[in-house]
Amino acid sequence: MIEVEQLAKRFVVRRGRFRRERHVVEAVRDISFRVERGELLGYLGPNGAGKSTTIKMLTGILVPSSGRVVVAGMTPSRQRIELAKRIGAMFGQRIQLWWDLPLLDSFELLRHIYKVPADRYRTNLARFRDVLDLDPFLHTPVRQLSLGQRIRGELTAAMLHGPELLFLDEPTIGLDVVAKQRVRDFLIGINRQDGVTVLLTTHDLGDIERMCERLLVIDHGSLIWDGAITELRERYGAERTLIVDLEEPAPPLDIPGTRVERVDGPRQWLRFRGPAAELTARVAANAGLVDLQIAEPDIEEIVRRIYSTGRPAEVHQERRPGDGPAAGAE
Amino acid sequence: MAEAVLLWGRLVGAQIRSQAQYRVSLALELSGTFLLSFLDFLAILVIFENTPRLAEWNVREVAFLYALSSISFALTDLLIGHLDQFPQKIRDGNFDIMLVRPRGTLFQVLGSDFQMRRLGRATQGIVVLVYALSTLHVHWTVARVVVLLVSVPAGIVIFASVWVVFGCLAFWTTDGGEFTNAFTYGGTFLAQYPIDIYSAWLRRFLAYAVPLAFVCYFPALFVLGKHDPLGLPRVLQLASPLVGVLAATVAGIAWRFAVRHYRSAGG
Repeated sequence: MIEVEQLAKRFVVRRGRFRRERHVVEAVRDISFRVERGELLGYLGPNGAGKSTTIKMLTGILVPSSGRVVVAGMTPSRQRIELAKRIGAMFGQRIQLWWDLPLLDSFELLRHIYKVPADRYRTNLARFRDVLDLDPFLHTPVRQLSLGQRIRGELTAAMLHGPELLFLDEPTIGLDVVAKQRVRDFLIGINRQDGVTVLLTTHDLGDIERMCERLLVIDHGSLIWDGAITELRERYGAERTLIVDLEEPAPPLDIPGTRVERVDGPRQWLRFRGPAAELTARVAANAGLVDLQIAEPDIEEIVRRIYSTGRPAEVHQERRPGDGPAAGAE
Repeated sequence: MAEAVLLWGRLVGAQIRSQAQYRVSLALELSGTFLLSFLDFLAILVIFENTPRLAEWNVREVAFLYALSSISFALTDLLIGHLDQFPQKIRDGNFDIMLVRPRGTLFQVLGSDFQMRRLGRATQGIVVLVYALSTLHVHWTVARVVVLLVSVPAGIVIFASVWVVFGCLAFWTTDGGEFTNAFTYGGTFLAQYPIDIYSAWLRRFLAYAVPLAFVCYFPALFVLGKHDPLGLPRVLQLASPLVGVLAATVAGIAWRFAVRHYRSAGG
């Protein structure tokens, strides 16, 4: 569905007010990966790592500086319009709906922009109305929608023409827990039931864990991980942090299977692996426990750990493109 | 092509419906623009309070010129007036949305923001045109009627092309709005007066570089049967539609070039 080989994007920026100097910024450097039909994979990275630039090259918005991209059998930058009919895209922070029009009017317009046959449009819309529960605000102008409602509208807009491949850039950004879960369920549904290939960028690890089996991690324009989420966790992200508030300041708790990372008055940070339930009970037995919370490692932290344990010289890849090592750089 | 026109109609129709929901606001805006645009015309009347003629033009003739320019300008503004907010669209990344849709980008820009309040100015132009024609005693021939009728769509195409060409700058500067306005709004202002009152370089600029003289000056000479004070070839007076086609071609090429630049360097 997607083949990327040695893909790179360089931007020229000019800095300085008087003496303008040219700087070449490598937003994406020589990345290669391959996505099969029907996959749902996450594309992760800190802000500014090159996620959006990659998506823009895959959707034909940007022309690559070098390397090869094939999406749905087409070259995105040269076959932008043909490709656009077969893919859907949603950018969490951009609005593709018509701001002043009722939600339904936006769908009607998109139907004509994409030339969706009337009966297919009706079937698709009926389904999304049901799954995403759109009816309560279908006739409300987009500007009056809550963020969660708008994102549901945007998802429908991206899917109305029945794309086989869906690109999502930060689809859950800014959403509350309930709204996030609804979006995730929807994406899992279209992936499992309709076989839509989904590639989503995010810096929310929760998104990835609940939806994707495979993920790509990009940092400073280079791919530093391509593989299963479970393995990444085992290697770099297994430790979570239990933050406990005790009744009164105490020396660091000595509990098997944990190590105290930090103590601040009555609050202590405990690193641990495995399930939290048993551990919590043990802490409560040892000290007067007032409150607790569990912190998941965030993507910045995982990226840091990938580096600190020695960055793999070769990108970790479970499935390399079938055709042997990519031909050398051009 | 027919399908594209139909789609454009739908895009515009949806926006008209949404603006029509706020009747009072729309009525106020329409009458506001209608009345405000008379201030322009008032400036012309003030000039003629002090002098009976401007070069070889009297007040009624200048009114005719003004009306032609005003109608074309207002209708162009209606179609692509939001092009001056285009830099914002690029900065926000909203232009990217257009690039992932299976339609031409310029087409999408044309259908993306249709503001009915701008009809107020077109109405004002028609009122001035009626006034001018009713006092001018034009000797009507078929050819003159045709030139008058054709001059408005030709004028729209010329204005629109000039705006698109300068709008393209947004892809490089992302903040060139004021520079662009100098040519779009500024040029329009110049075109409201007979170009023979300007110095030679400015005349040439308006006739050949940014061809706004073809919006109203040349057609007006023909319709009014005036002798061209500049002695330019008479064929120029009929050339507006051709100039429109040329300008649109240049604008189309410039747009393509600009979008290509954006896609290879931009983001």
